[in-house]
Amino acid sequence: MTTTVPATAALALGDDALVLSHRLGEWMGHAPVLEEEVALANIALDLLGQARVLLSMAGDEDELAYLREERAFTNLQLVEQPNGDFAHTIARQLYFSTYQHLLHTELAGGDGPFAPLAAKAVKETAYHRDHAEQWTLRLGDGTEESHTRMQRACTALWRFTGEMFQPVEGLDGVDWERLRGSWQTSVEEVLDRATLSVPEGPQSGAWTAGAGRQGLHTESFGRMLAEMQHLHRSHPGASW
Amino acid sequence: MTTTAAHEAMGTEAYGAQDDAAQAAYERAFDAAVAADERIEPRDWMPDAYRATLVRQIAQHAHSEIIGMQPEANWITRAPSLRRKAILMAKVQDEAGHGLYLYSAAETLGVSRDELLDKLHTGRQKYSSIFNYPTLTWADVGAIGWLVDGAAITNQVPLCRCSYGPYARAMVRVCKEESFHQRQGYELLLTLSKGTPEQHAMAQDAVDRWWWPSLMMFGPPDDESAHSAQSMTWKIKRHSNDELRQRFVDICVPQAESLGLTLPDPELRWNEERGHYDFGPIDWAEFKNVLKGNGPCNEQRITQRRRAHEEGAWVREAAAAHAAKHTGKSAGTPTGSRGVEQA
Repeated sequence: MTTTVPATAALALGDDALVLSHRLGEWMGHAPVLEEEVALANIALDLLGQARVLLSMAGDEDELAYLREERAFTNLQLVEQPNGDFAHTIARQLYFSTYQHLLHTELAGGDGPFAPLAAKAVKETAYHRDHAEQWTLRLGDGTEESHTRMQRACTALWRFTGEMFQPVEGLDGVDWERLRGSWQTSVEEVLDRATLSVPEGPQSGAWTAGAGRQGLHTESFGRMLAEMQHLHRSHPGASW
Repeated sequence: MTTTAAHEAMGTEAYGAQDDAAQAAYERAFDAAVAADERIEPRDWMPDAYRATLVRQIAQHAHSEIIGMQPEANWITRAPSLRRKAILMAKVQDEAGHGLYLYSAAETLGVSRDELLDKLHTGRQKYSSIFNYPTLTWADVGAIGWLVDGAAITNQVPLCRCSYGPYARAMVRVCKEESFHQRQGYELLLTLSKGTPEQHAMAQDAVDRWWWPSLMMFGPPDDESAHSAQSMTWKIKRHSNDELRQRFVDICVPQAESLGLTLPDPELRWNEERGHYDFGPIDWAEFKNVLKGNGPCNEQRITQRRRAHEEGAWVREAAAAHAAKHTGKSAGTPTGSRGVEQA
């Protein structure tokens, strides 16, 4: 049991990082300013680094990334959401990096198998969270257009936030309700400073919250995987 | 920097003097400083044409880094292993960073990044012709690393000794990272070359497509190079286009052999007498055509760059509006908002 239990958790956390890294990689060459080409790539690289460590804990990183089908991925639906405009990407970053930073802080403080990884990741996610917060403030409290776009993005992604607090098998000792409370407080505080209102809709869609963790994804995810995996799958057994 | 009396005479106070004799004295001082291999710094007097040449060259170098992100970023989402994906992302990120260093170096000459980007977007300034070729397979990522970055390094290493200080210093940083990328590209091709027959064929095909365009990166032949002579006198350039091209060919031939790949030139052979490889004629008609905007990807590259800039306008406006509202009380930003606030 001790070997299978962390594998579920390693896959869940690893898939989150892998998929979000991939989405951020799609920005390269398209960012609104050069500094953001650098910043988004930097965050994508941190996440890819985390994904590689986590997937390697569960098996072979490339087999897991390139040879699993959609239904076997256990990432949150939030991270697979298409980039949309810059506000949409920033809202996704705000929600996820706040969650990831709180979760890694908690894991880093424990003595579980993820503590060493989390100790490193917590520094990275503090930066990701800061980056997302700064841009939420700039866009929310910038121009009328940026305010409208940022509000729309925060609202559109709100229904994917509940799934983050579904307990993950193998992450023992995480108090998920407390995590939800801290997340909510933190995000509300940032939105408030950014002159944005906290979305009022439900925090999950028609799926049960946590669907992504059970391999139930949104439609764009399959297309993302097709692109990510096609070359690797076209050359079975090859080394790269 | 060693400072001679001649160099001191070029101080900023003198700048702007109208008097012909004084002007001639500054020019002599400038020429003496360049001849003594001293670095010219932003506040030093310099001939207008020297300034203009540097602005053009540094800006076009910066533009090449920015446009050069596109052919490689094209493969980020399809990289066949997580290790390769991480290497490629880091490389494209470095290129954005190189663009930033170079725009900063150009700004020391009294132009702004926005002004230069506008010239790129409206076709008034160019970028390296090589980035108008498409990346059709994964092996192209390796061929770009090995050949394109290799050619860039051959061109840029002498620029580390360029007479203009800010440009020379930017080149030191750029060259370190470029040589790292070049080795990674070589290693990628080597892995493919020694892989399955399909992978080997993919590597050969990429080298076949990138070889000649890489040789064109050194610019027109010496007898047709408009800016060469002046740039060499000013020590902006240290070697002629043809010299550098020859140096590059001499380096690549043995590397191709150890890669187990061939170069697509039936006339390529060692010339004992010259101590160099002879190589076949370059298709300068193609080169001119690509420079004129008729290469395979010119339209696509500039359209994507323009679109990113236009679609990002509201973001830059938001950052500027936010900064204006919160001057003095805005929190420090992790991304460096300098460029954003200029927008």
